[in-house]
Amino acid sequence: MSLSKIWVFVEPSESGVSTTSLELITAASGFASTVEAFSYGVGSEVGQILGEHGASKVVVANGLNGVLAGTAIASIMAKRISAEAPDAIFFGSTAEGRDAAARLSAKLDLPVLTNVVNLSLEGGVLLSENAVFGGSEVVSARFKSSGPGLYVIRAKSFAPEARGGSAASVEEVAVGDIGSAGKAKIVQSHVEARSGPKLDEAPVVVSGGRGLGQQDSYQMIEELARLLNGAPGASRAIVDAGWVPYAYQVGQTGKTVKPTVYIACGISGATQHMVGMKGAKNIIAINKDADAPIFTIADLGIVGDVHKVLPKLIEAIKSRS
Amino acid sequence: MNIAVCVKQIPDQSVPGKLDPGTHNLVRDGKLILDDSDSYGVEMALQLVDRAGGGEVTLISMAPNGEVSGIRTALAMGADRAVLVSDPSLAGSDALTTAKVLAAAIRRNPFDLVMAATESTDGYTGTVPVQVAELLDIPSVTFAKKVEIENGILKVQRQTESGYDEVECPLPALVSVTAGVVEPRYPSFKGIMAAKSKPVDVLDVAALGTGPLTTSQEIVSVRAAEERASGTVVVDEGDAFQQVVEFLEAIKVI
Ligand SMILES: Cc1cc2nc3c(=O)[nH]c(=O)nc-3n(C[C@H](O)[C@H](O)[C@H](O)COP(=O)(O)OP(=O)(O)OC[C@H]3O[C@@H](n4cnc5c(N)ncnc54)[C@H](O)[C@@H]3O)c2cc1C
Ligand SMILES: Nc1ncnc2c1ncn2[C@@H]1O[C@H](COP(=O)(O)O)[C@@H](O)[C@H]1O
Repeated sequence: MSLSKIWVFVEPSESGVSTTSLELITAASGFASTVEAFSYGVGSEVGQILGEHGASKVVVANGLNGVLAGTAIASIMAKRISAEAPDAIFFGSTAEGRDAAARLSAKLDLPVLTNVVNLSLEGGVLLSENAVFGGSEVVSARFKSSGPGLYVIRAKSFAPEARGGSAASVEEVAVGDIGSAGKAKIVQSHVEARSGPKLDEAPVVVSGGRGLGQQDSYQMIEELARLLNGAPGASRAIVDAGWVPYAYQVGQTGKTVKPTVYIACGISGATQHMVGMKGAKNIIAINKDADAPIFTIADLGIVGDVHKVLPKLIEAIKSRS
Repeated sequence: MNIAVCVKQIPDQSVPGKLDPGTHNLVRDGKLILDDSDSYGVEMALQLVDRAGGGEVTLISMAPNGEVSGIRTALAMGADRAVLVSDPSLAGSDALTTAKVLAAAIRRNPFDLVMAATESTDGYTGTVPVQVAELLDIPSVTFAKKVEIENGILKVQRQTESGYDEVECPLPALVSVTAGVVEPRYPSFKGIMAAKSKPVDVLDVAALGTGPLTTSQEIVSVRAAEERASGTVVVDEGDAFQQVVEFLEAIKVI
């Protein structure tokens, strides 16, 4: 028995909607006969791709006027929830997704399940699998309460699949007054440029960590990534240190990547980092400490100094082309 | 400027976590320490109060077992007082229940700002702070990498996928910070001594007056995640780069 309706929070990207959003729409359409998207900052053309992935309607919030998107979407969902009675609501495990789920949860007294990595339908009830202890254990959980369950789902838990449905209808709604939560406003956005393929879609990811020793050494990471047509990534340690922007961060609080090969340079392999990259087909690690946890998951581990290994590796690859 | 800082006390993370085989709740017995993630909020709050020229930093914590070691660490850093909600009935609380408890504890004292971490180290739901904000009916800004207060306006640089946003909001408000926001101080010896006599109010759920709290999630089963096996490890003698080249060739990346 499938569910009747699931709502999905769909986030925009430069190319329309985010890949994670399409993953969630695809997953939802496997569990419910009706899937409706809630979005912002997108044009009506997204109806096409959302429809192909299984949504029949997209509600687009207009007039945010700087209000944080998660807050705005929670307000719109809260107003319609009792009349439209969805069985479940899916959010991506992003800043905006968590904001929206948290606001909605407290507004309507609904519980949230976070870090969801899989879902199944058993006896008409959604059962979620949630990664705990940095992904080393998985718990299966379900809601005991009535009312829609809120699920915050990690990226790349489901494969996006265009099944060729017709375009989703587009309904535009004004955000309107959202009370005190709406007093936080974006006054300016700053874009930190990055080049090359997108980190979460690149077939090769070369990441650097604190073992690089200093910001300048990150150039080696960028150069190797460029030579391999890959994307440069980073551990949180060097993002927090301000060496590279947050958009480079791989891990629990950053991007989840599943490339053909992931090359970790000077990264210890904390569980929060590994949860974002252990789905890679192949893993190469370079670390001077033979006991670094990253070696427990590496297909090829090099115990060595990044300052010695990387320059030679870069030269060797350059001399091939 | 009065700031309430949410500080979670968690089991030592160098010891692997355990779930109770019966209840599937996280085992939280023994000594608890200050979650590293929250040391940034404590430091930020101390600096903001300092810059404002006066006020208090009140720590807010919920723990099922009356543990105060982690709170003492934050008091030793310089926080003024703490409210600890401790009640055996809170074991295994979900994020919303936790938020209800924290919000009720925060409300007991006047505040201009509530501070939390973006996510905790052991639970990492990343939802508790914004749930607290909604329950307190105040605006929230998550993922802060820089926090300032000017003329009663909170000014935050908020991390985004493509860079950062400058977000502004009037007080009272809640802000959740990343580990990049500030460098936490180490408690001094003097601070550690002073912390011993700072006030810690310990309340149970009845004293808090939230009414009944129920957790509405049920853990059905637990299993170990699939492990990835390790492969070859070689020690670099000057030519290990060759092995990387060969590996990349073998998987046809080059
Ligand atoms: C709630 C939470 C969420 C988090 N989310 C993330 C996340 O999304 N992503 C993330 O990455 N982390 C995350 N972390 C942080 C994580 O716990 C680690 O602190 C972080 O990943 C460590 O980064 P690192 O490996 O670069 O640094 P370190 O752990 O300091 O490791 C540096 C490594 O470099 C090696 N090294 C030193 N010098 C050299 C050299 N010359 N040559 C070769 N190797 C060398 C050392 O042996 C060491 O293993 C999170 C933490 C928490 C609590
Ligand atoms: N039991 C708790 N006591 C105090 N603060 C908490 C508690 N649980 C969560 N928090 C706060 O909320 C943040 C995010 O937690 P979480 O939502 O579990 O990832 C933590 O870093 C704390 O600042």
